[in-house]
Amino acid sequence: MSKYKNFRLFKGKLSFLIDRKAAFIFTILLLVTFMVFVLSTGIGDMKINPLTVVKVLFGGGPEMEKLIITSFRLPRIIVALMVGMSLAVAGGILQGMIRNPLASPDVLGITGGASVAVVGFLAFFSDSNNALTVSIAWLPLAAFLGAGIVAFLVYFLAWKNGVSPIRLVLIGIGISTLMQALTTLMMIMGPIYQASQANIWITGTVYGSNWKNVATLVPWTVIFLIIAIVAARTINIQELGDEVATGLGGKVQKQRFLLLMISTALIGSSVAFAGGIGFVGLMAPHMARRLVGSSFGALLPTSALLGGILVMVADLIGRTMFSPLEVPAGVFTAGIGAPYFIYLLFKTRNA
Amino acid sequence: MLLKNTSLKWIGIIIAVLVMLLLMCASVIFGYTDTSWRTAIDAFTHYNGSNEHIIIQTVRLPRALIASAVGASLAIAGVLMQTLTKNPLASPGIFGINAGAGFAVVTAVTLFSVNNLQAFNGLAFLGAAVAAVSVYGIGSFGREGLTPMKLTLAGAAIGAMFSSFTQGLLVVDEAALEQVLFWLAGSVQGRKLETLVSVLPFIGLGWIGAVLIAGKMNILSMGEDVAKGLGLNTGLVKIAIGIIVILLAGGSVAVAGPIGFVGIVVPHITRSIIGIDHRWVIPLSGVLGAILLLAADIAARYILMPSEVPVGVMTAIIGTPFFIYIARRGFNGR
Repeated sequence: MSKYKNFRLFKGKLSFLIDRKAAFIFTILLLVTFMVFVLSTGIGDMKINPLTVVKVLFGGGPEMEKLIITSFRLPRIIVALMVGMSLAVAGGILQGMIRNPLASPDVLGITGGASVAVVGFLAFFSDSNNALTVSIAWLPLAAFLGAGIVAFLVYFLAWKNGVSPIRLVLIGIGISTLMQALTTLMMIMGPIYQASQANIWITGTVYGSNWKNVATLVPWTVIFLIIAIVAARTINIQELGDEVATGLGGKVQKQRFLLLMISTALIGSSVAFAGGIGFVGLMAPHMARRLVGSSFGALLPTSALLGGILVMVADLIGRTMFSPLEVPAGVFTAGIGAPYFIYLLFKTRNA
Repeated sequence: MLLKNTSLKWIGIIIAVLVMLLLMCASVIFGYTDTSWRTAIDAFTHYNGSNEHIIIQTVRLPRALIASAVGASLAIAGVLMQTLTKNPLASPGIFGINAGAGFAVVTAVTLFSVNNLQAFNGLAFLGAAVAAVSVYGIGSFGREGLTPMKLTLAGAAIGAMFSSFTQGLLVVDEAALEQVLFWLAGSVQGRKLETLVSVLPFIGLGWIGAVLIAGKMNILSMGEDVAKGLGLNTGLVKIAIGIIVILLAGGSVAVAGPIGFVGIVVPHITRSIIGIDHRWVIPLSGVLGAILLLAADIAARYILMPSEVPVGVMTAIIGTPFFIYIARRGFNGR
């Protein structure tokens, strides 16, 4: 049996190869994602049987459980899933585009820009009693704008007859450190109440998500995830280096800009609703690479699922383990992700 | 490369050293209690126990010395890490140094109610060493031994894990947050001279080691295979580099807490000035690291007078524009 299976659709107009092993692993991860989704919906202050959860998901089930699941748990878990997928895919794209295993949403300063915007938002729109003068619902917009502006700033500063990956990432690091410094400075200068509020946001949490957030986040994420997966083949080419990519007929600069836009859109939306959840964007792609190899067609979907699982589990632990205390999900993504990654590193040590 | 031949390089290093000395003096004199050069000299020659003299001897002088020692160590450790991992984004933090130290200190505070700065120093060093050794161990899994890729990945994972544990402990125990926040921000303020003296043997050993190994690092940076072909025992050199990084960065984190940025940025700035020969890069980056941290520390006193800004914030604000300028101009045609 060959390693790949080919698919031809519309009389060969659309055709692609599917890596059998990657497809198998992807299916398993899909099942795991669904299991985690159902279990995590069921666990909480009130335990709900997984079967009941599935019933509610398909529109049935008892009233009480239905209320808890649909109005409290589901929005939060959906946001966690979306955020995890976005960050993981964005991280994967950046790592391929910059050709550096340490690239992640934080490194390009995009998350940092969002943090500055959030801290600034809390500082500027507060009156003397620390009450917000505008609705907190504008916070995601501020975060998104911050992320977008910084992404453009980094791209603009790195532009000099085109953007080279190394210049992009070094300027990204500079800007990201500057953003951290500004965040810290504003937190110190403002009142302590704001600092602690900002700190929770920076650690990353999906607490308090509602259906409105879901309605904004889901279409956005799904659209950009699909674009990302379609664009995956250009990342494969970019990874070969600028000269080879140009020689193969890739429009390197144009593709690079497109890829940066896709990852900024994904990162921006996820930091807007869940803050700076770390680790996922850095490590989920590496985990995926150890599982399915480094072709981006298989890598991006796999890392999306891994990212989704990571954030959902982290949030599950955050809201149940220290109950009634809510611990931000961002605290646990690394705690549960790192041991698994080290295991993978050990398993593939001679690969 | 700015300085093209050997005599220019010597002049460059001498100028850098002079600037560093000047900043050390400035660091002793300027601050909330303004003093003059005269008083500073008197404080050592004709000590009379006045307020200014006490401040200069017990506060300002240790601070200036610690800032320069820590800045130099972090910058040199950064050079070593970037060569070892062959990654321009690497910094001592990749070895898990800062995360390990932070975890050790926070664990001691939350679980064992340790609460004095002297104990923090030892614990931080221990935590840093444990984290670095485990990163090194995990990075060396497998047949080929330590490869830059595995080291980088292991470091990123372990670092993230330790800082996640730290955050978790702090979220659960909010009282501890207040106690360790000042330490976690990283600062050279309020440290006693004894703190520096107690880690100076480690840091000093690191400095000497770094200078001695510079030639070997030139060979290593040509790539594993070439280096082996030229007769270099690459395994041994890598272990030596690892130990030196632990000494330098572990010592710095023990004295000043985790200070970022210096370790990433200064090596790049240095290479753009003096080229890629490690025998020049290592001494100059040490001096430039000291300059950056001294300047940042002086500026940190003035921004929010009378309170102070963490020095890490100021290193970023001072260093970033310069760094972006250099990144745009290009590093040695790379």
